[in-house]
Amino acid sequence: MPSIENRLWRFHGVAPTAWLAFVYLYLPIVILVVLSFNANKVATLWTGFSFDWYLRVLENDNILRATRNSLVVATGATVVSTFFATLAALAMASGPFRGKGVMNAMLGLPLLVPEIVTAVASLLFFLALGLELGLTTVLIAHIVFCLPFAYLPIRARLEGLDPRLAEAAADLYASRWQAFRRVTLPLILPGVVSGAMLAFIVSLDDFVITFFVAGAGATTLPVYIFGLIRMGITPEVNAISALLLMVSIAFVVLSYRVGRRPS
Amino acid sequence: MRDPRTVLRRALLLAPTGLTLFVFMVIPMGLMGWMSVLEPDTYGGVRWHALSLDAYVQFWYERDLDDSLILNTAYMEIFLRSFLLAGFATLATLVLGFPTALYIALQDERTRQRLILLISIPFWTNLLVRTYAWMLLLRNGGLIDSGLGALGLGSGALDVLYTPTAVAIGFVYSFLPFMVLPIYTSLEKMDWRLVEAAFDLGANRWTALRRVVLPMALPGIAAGCLLVFIPALGSYYIPELLGGGKSLMIGNLIQNQFGTARNWPFGAALSFTLLALVLLAMIVYTRRFRQAPGE
Repeated sequence: MPSIENRLWRFHGVAPTAWLAFVYLYLPIVILVVLSFNANKVATLWTGFSFDWYLRVLENDNILRATRNSLVVATGATVVSTFFATLAALAMASGPFRGKGVMNAMLGLPLLVPEIVTAVASLLFFLALGLELGLTTVLIAHIVFCLPFAYLPIRARLEGLDPRLAEAAADLYASRWQAFRRVTLPLILPGVVSGAMLAFIVSLDDFVITFFVAGAGATTLPVYIFGLIRMGITPEVNAISALLLMVSIAFVVLSYRVGRRPS
Repeated sequence: MRDPRTVLRRALLLAPTGLTLFVFMVIPMGLMGWMSVLEPDTYGGVRWHALSLDAYVQFWYERDLDDSLILNTAYMEIFLRSFLLAGFATLATLVLGFPTALYIALQDERTRQRLILLISIPFWTNLLVRTYAWMLLLRNGGLIDSGLGALGLGSGALDVLYTPTAVAIGFVYSFLPFMVLPIYTSLEKMDWRLVEAAFDLGANRWTALRRVVLPMALPGIAAGCLLVFIPALGSYYIPELLGGGKSLMIGNLIQNQFGTARNWPFGAALSFTLLALVLLAMIVYTRRFRQAPGE
């Protein structure tokens, strides 16, 4: 633990730079949220407080349809990827074995490959198979890139787990399934919940991959918002964007609280 | 030692994830590589049995009317611009991110946790929407413009939105958490008594930082640079929204091939080149630091 009198503390500029970084990160978010409550039709001119644009958003059928698509895809992708990732994490936590490195590398791919490359590869793959682009192709693509996000928190949780607990259960004549169900699962559950939440939020936020593999009927919220932004800055876009931001932030904070390792 | 039931159980547990990633990630990448050496069909698509290196030739050369090849620098300019912007973003996030990570690493446990959450929140929130927020800030008549005007500093319109400068601002903003988090992870493990020891041995602040802190932070710095540079290089909507049509980057060029240009092999070739560059960077990193970036 660094002591207060640590002289590095007085390395000039460290604290101000850090604060600058925080301001830089949060200023646009704050401005966007504030402006979403702006009464004026000119999106950046403040005249008074109003909820109108939020009401306008909630009455917009296209936005509601896009939101429904987003929620359907995010829910499906979360359930499937979290289930798959939990199984994989359990296997990966057990000692070294052949193929572990390959598995690790494959799990890293969706994180490291630029989104646009994944998007192009997926698009070409679906088209080559003759699949019609739509919610199904979006769902498949989302399951793929959600996998590592669901996997990592579960894996981290298993890492901190004492293997002797499961052994103790076995000593007490628990079957493998019982030991998993009664000992391992409750212990890794916060990791599973945290992974599921991250998968959900990553799916809900994705734009580039969805933009490529979604057909005309499968517009998700970010794809719809992108279309709106390209047409111009309007108060409706402010409101729907602010809504999306606040949902994401709520989820991250929640996921952080749930997933924290017990100290 | 090898119990066949253990092996079977492990295989069954890994199968869903492994197969999903193999079928929908690895195979598509291979397919993309293959399609990049095929001939384009007239209205999008490819001619499956017509092998051709045209997509890669097209990057450097243009076919003249008499079928002779002439050097075409348009695509190279786009690549160069992309590398410059991504490089600038990497440098700027490093200059801003390293002190930030250092600052966080020097706090007590509770404050650290809170600050890391603060850094992580933008990381997880919708980047498209946050890019849009910059449009509100940067446009003429927007907040920065009118703010400067009110202070008497503005001389006419700001004229930043739809320029490469706006793209650079957007990049630094978007990718800053990618730089701070891995550097922090390296510094977190740091034994600060080493720094004290360096001081006791007569090092000044700068020497202590350079000789003790920096070597510890190096894997994090390298990982951070990769994690900023790669997504910036392949970025699509940040240049699209903040750069307007003028500062076309690789991502926009790729998207074009599947939109108006309808040249799938060229789009596949560009993506494949990007993928190759990324994998190369990964291999170099893993060789050098013996761990995957971000770990």
